[in-house]
Amino acid sequence: MLGEQIIKGMAVTARNFFGSYVSKERLTTVQYPEEHLAQKENTRQFPFLVYDGDDWEKGLRCVACQICEKECPPKCIYIVKSKDKKPDYKGQPQIYPLTFDIDISVCMSCQICVEVCPFESIKMDTKFELSTDDRFGGLLLTKDKLAKSNTYYQKMHPQDAAESDAVIAGEKAKAEAKAKAAAEAKLKADAEAKAKAAAAAATVPIAAPAPTPPPPPAK
Amino acid sequence: MFDKLDQIFVTALHWLVSFVPEAWRSLASSLICIAFILSVFPAVFSVTTIFERKGIGRIQNRYGPNRVGIPFTKIRLAGFGQFIPDGVKMLTKEDIVPRAADKIVHFLAPVVMLIPVLLAYAVLPFGRNMTVTDYDAGLLFFFAVGGAVELSVFMAGWSSRNKYSLLGAMRAIAQMVSYEIPLILSAVTVVMVVGSLNLNAIIAHQNQYTFGIAHWFVFTPWGLVGFILFFIASLAESNRTPFDLPEAESEIIAGYFTEYSGFKFALFFLGEYLGMFAIIGLGITLFLGGWTSPVSFLTWIPSYVWFFTKLMAIVFVFIWIRATLPRLRMDQLMNFAWKFMLPLALINILVAGLWHYMAADWQRWLVCSTIIFGAYVILGRGLMHNQKLGKRIYRYAE
Repeated sequence: MLGEQIIKGMAVTARNFFGSYVSKERLTTVQYPEEHLAQKENTRQFPFLVYDGDDWEKGLRCVACQICEKECPPKCIYIVKSKDKKPDYKGQPQIYPLTFDIDISVCMSCQICVEVCPFESIKMDTKFELSTDDRFGGLLLTKDKLAKSNTYYQKMHPQDAAESDAVIAGEKAKAEAKAKAAAEAKLKADAEAKAKAAAAAATVPIAAPAPTPPPPPAK
Repeated sequence: MFDKLDQIFVTALHWLVSFVPEAWRSLASSLICIAFILSVFPAVFSVTTIFERKGIGRIQNRYGPNRVGIPFTKIRLAGFGQFIPDGVKMLTKEDIVPRAADKIVHFLAPVVMLIPVLLAYAVLPFGRNMTVTDYDAGLLFFFAVGGAVELSVFMAGWSSRNKYSLLGAMRAIAQMVSYEIPLILSAVTVVMVVGSLNLNAIIAHQNQYTFGIAHWFVFTPWGLVGFILFFIASLAESNRTPFDLPEAESEIIAGYFTEYSGFKFALFFLGEYLGMFAIIGLGITLFLGGWTSPVSFLTWIPSYVWFFTKLMAIVFVFIWIRATLPRLRMDQLMNFAWKFMLPLALINILVAGLWHYMAADWQRWLVCSTIIFGAYVILGRGLMHNQKLGKRIYRYAE
């Protein structure tokens, strides 16, 4: 009969109307500034710089190689290399960035800088509430604003941070092994030199035992 | 005490007028009444926009606006302060007039829209002794003035020099003219039974109680059908869903007010809602007993409270329908008006005549109900007869 379906439809909407007051599950809205949805594992907004330890200036992993600056498609990264060198996490003296700016009004969150970085130093942040009333200065993130600790990264992206930490640990282990090998090689060389010297001084029948080599210099 | 509360506005009016010299009293009284209408109904409008947005939101399982409360405080009032920024926004927006528009007509259209709508309130009884002009041909005046709205709609559509505006205006004219006929014919039944066009006389006729239940016309077979016809026709007259073809957003942008912005758009919006309230007010007066109480033991509640409660209840049904039904097609709209509503309204007039002349017993109820129900079923069948519902076939796009 005419109008039957209209009554049915009205019943459905009425059920939704009253249901939305009774059961909270019906309401899909998240009341944003007060409530937040849990972010997805792969969320990414804008890049940041990782540092180890407590002091961000000392622990910054970035060595100002400028690969990210060259690869950045919209050219939003600006780096000035330092003249002097600072020891990095491996103890090697490295150049560090005097200036490291990212203009997030230009950044397109493509993550290419993260992909190309060989030092695990630039990563993607999940912070998105970056609105500011200063259109130019407020959106130009300088080094001190970009630097964030590794623990922050571990908390934000546990899986990626673990991988990154593994790479760093591997590098460190490799460097240590290399140093050890170098030290051993030096030891051997020293020993050989001593042996040669002893052979040359054949007149002396009993060579004095070689003195212990000095420990490898700290790098 | 309740009588005093009931008449508080009337007493206040008399008290205010008593300060004015004798010769100016009638003018002062009119001006105060005009001020009352101009302040109360736009206020109801602003609250209704929030109700509408919140209600539709809830029906769609959302919250709707719930942020804005009292300005400069942290009080939110569940979003009922939203109309203040909305109003400020409307007032401060740029008023753009298209270069090719007929500027005078374009300017006049919103004004011409609002004036007849406001004039219609002159005859509506908001409460006991609360009619601005107790006019003998009140109902006729209401419909005569309401007819001028079509003019403004076409002025707006034509002067904008925009095809969407003109399409919307032409749709609006076709729709309003078609639905005005069942609207008036359904109101004719009441006039037949009461024998007067005076809206207060119509209410007085309904303000009687048998076994504690009021003699509202909606409680009779012809009154029920008349009310439903009036209700549907008033939906169409106020361009509400499912009859919102004149401003169908998905088809013709905003219909006849596509080229309006800023305060002129706000005036159209206001005019549309005020027209809706006026026509609902008339429906209440004709079929739902106006400001009277449905049961005799609630007569102590002030009459204006009853009027505005009924008004808001029907506005809620309008919102509910808006959230439920999709828009009709133009041919469906016309078929519904001319093939279903018009014959049913005519049969309803016949039934009202029968009701008037038959003896007041159960036979009258049986005969009248049977005729109306039979007519409803047959006309409904006729309307659905040619409908080929089923899988949609696309002949060209494949």
